[in-house]
Amino acid sequence: MEKLRRIEGSIVGIPVNDIDTDQIIPARFLKVTDKAGLGKAAFCDWRYLEDGETPNPDFILNQPAYAGASVLVAGNNFGCGSSREHAPWALLGAGFKAVISTEFADIFRNNALKNGLLPIVVDRDTQQQLFSLADEDPGTTVHVDVEAQALTLPDGRRVDFPLDGFSKYCLLHGVDQLGYLLALEDEAQAYEASNPQRVTTTG
Amino acid sequence: MTDNGRPRTLFEKVWDAHTVREQSDAAPAVLYIDLHLVHEVTSPQAFSMLRERGLMVRRPDQTIGTMDHSTPTTPRNELGIIPIADAMAAKQLDTFSRNCSDFGIPLYALGDAHQGIVHVIGPEKGLTQPGMTIVCGDSHTSTHGAFGALAFGIGTSEVGHVLATQTLLQNKPRTMAINVEGRLGEGVTAKDIILAIIARIGIGGGTGKVFEYRGEAIRSLSMEGRMTVCNMSIEGGARAGMVAPDDTTFAYMHGRPHAPSGADWDAALAHWRTLPTDAGAAFDQELTLRADELIPMITYGTNPGMGMPIDGAVPAPAAEPDFNKKTALDKALAYMDLSPGQQLLGKAIDVVFIGSCTNSRITDLRQAARFIAGRKVADSVRMMVVPGSQQVKLQAESEGLDEIFRAAGAEWREAGCSMCIAMNGDQLQPGQYAVSTSNRNFEGRQGKGGRTFLASPLTAAASAVAGVIADPRVMQAN
Repeated sequence: MEKLRRIEGSIVGIPVNDIDTDQIIPARFLKVTDKAGLGKAAFCDWRYLEDGETPNPDFILNQPAYAGASVLVAGNNFGCGSSREHAPWALLGAGFKAVISTEFADIFRNNALKNGLLPIVVDRDTQQQLFSLADEDPGTTVHVDVEAQALTLPDGRRVDFPLDGFSKYCLLHGVDQLGYLLALEDEAQAYEASNPQRVTTTG
Repeated sequence: MTDNGRPRTLFEKVWDAHTVREQSDAAPAVLYIDLHLVHEVTSPQAFSMLRERGLMVRRPDQTIGTMDHSTPTTPRNELGIIPIADAMAAKQLDTFSRNCSDFGIPLYALGDAHQGIVHVIGPEKGLTQPGMTIVCGDSHTSTHGAFGALAFGIGTSEVGHVLATQTLLQNKPRTMAINVEGRLGEGVTAKDIILAIIARIGIGGGTGKVFEYRGEAIRSLSMEGRMTVCNMSIEGGARAGMVAPDDTTFAYMHGRPHAPSGADWDAALAHWRTLPTDAGAAFDQELTLRADELIPMITYGTNPGMGMPIDGAVPAPAAEPDFNKKTALDKALAYMDLSPGQQLLGKAIDVVFIGSCTNSRITDLRQAARFIAGRKVADSVRMMVVPGSQQVKLQAESEGLDEIFRAAGAEWREAGCSMCIAMNGDQLQPGQYAVSTSNRNFEGRQGKGGRTFLASPLTAAASAVAGVIADPRVMQAN
């Protein structure tokens, strides 16, 4: 995972609540065995017309004014539904570095953080302000400082956002969480020594 | 059982018993995982990571694989083999077989007599037990909470963590008691309970929480019914839902292949009886519903929270004061091609799907078969019945349920996730309407452009016969 310290990027808004993982990436794209190339599947059924190839000109991500946007502003409860980590893989593949919403589904948030896609929780007013800015002034840029846990709007207003210390450390240093768990092998063994195995799948 | 005399919830007891390292300001808790279920779709990248780093699966003896999501449910050929037409699915299944074999993980492969949906086979084999921690790269892992286990879905990175270390980093969730008091009326089922709960709290209502389902109506449910309820916890935003183990749980488990036996059974039973929430234990939040006020439920929109009693009318976006909610409702009704105020009873449908980890167990199939026996599926409807596992299929066939479905004009298929996730070729055509016993009615979930009404197996069977959305209570009375 690459280090993520700051993001300077233009915003695009999808003001729809409860955007589920089947919209972020439909299940028919989950037959892959790697992570590469999923960007084209992001929001596939909204991005393309019925033939699955012709871009839907009405969908915001297809509008030239928003090309290159790297910060997605979404309605409440983004990423609900399945546990597929293909959702953050697809968003990253489509060029996004952060998603802003008032709330994220638990599994999506965990998956996003493990891949360097930053979920930024803001209050309703900030979310609505960002929707308006994106709508009225395509190309609007925001600044995100991961260390300071701060989102800076074009008018200079600073919005603090929550980020647990462990995830922050991993993002800033570009390390994944597995190394931490592997280093706890002694503690895992001690746990197993004092807790008999509860079920055996073999035999 | 209390810890230092403080009354604890079922969740807290299981959490505490699995804490390898306590949560701190610096890091989440580290939890020990008793059982890890893996399947073909969310595991390949995790196994690749193990290979890249030269890691082994730490506890293959606490890991089990099955093929379910992308497997065909079409009939076996003359050699008894289920052919895979989709090259990508075939490659994914091959990769999974190789991964399980290379890392020593037992696998119920396609064609095996014990293959099936991961959340059906865990309980069926007695692998799912009270007081355990269970994870799987699938959000419907919440199903296993029906046994008083703490069970939740994880992403593929976390699948890798558990494969490599048998532990997982977790922030402690809050708890919410959902009390379902009173008794269900005739024709009202576990599915209607959970659809009513989600309609009440919304699909984000459980975010950051673990549910404990309590009350007379939950206690009266079979294990299969409890699994249906816990299964859809995630549709209310909660990663896990739990039911305290009781005699119903123990009767279901006794004698299953991986359940303890002999003296081990007695010891396990004594422990399991200590798991239910202590009197006086506090939940962060509580909700109470009356089971006797429920009638069959159906969804009208594009998420499971958009549900209503089956005799209700589609709500009007104009009446929704919250702009974001109004937008979502507008979008949902446009996708579903429904109008505000419209009744769903009598709405023509194209497909009925009975299956999925929500409603594909033997009791679900029995309910639907009892309803449909001696009746015919409407000419305009394609009805698919997909048992949750090969063992469910065998059991159903031994009871003659397959004959009942076939005689009515329904398709009787091989086991798998099938049209719940529509990865395997079983899918709706654009614009088609389905009454489905599955768990998600998201746009395109059952096939691009397809439109899903979620309901119980009874409502699904009644609708298949009527050719329109129908109330099973009315038809049964006739």
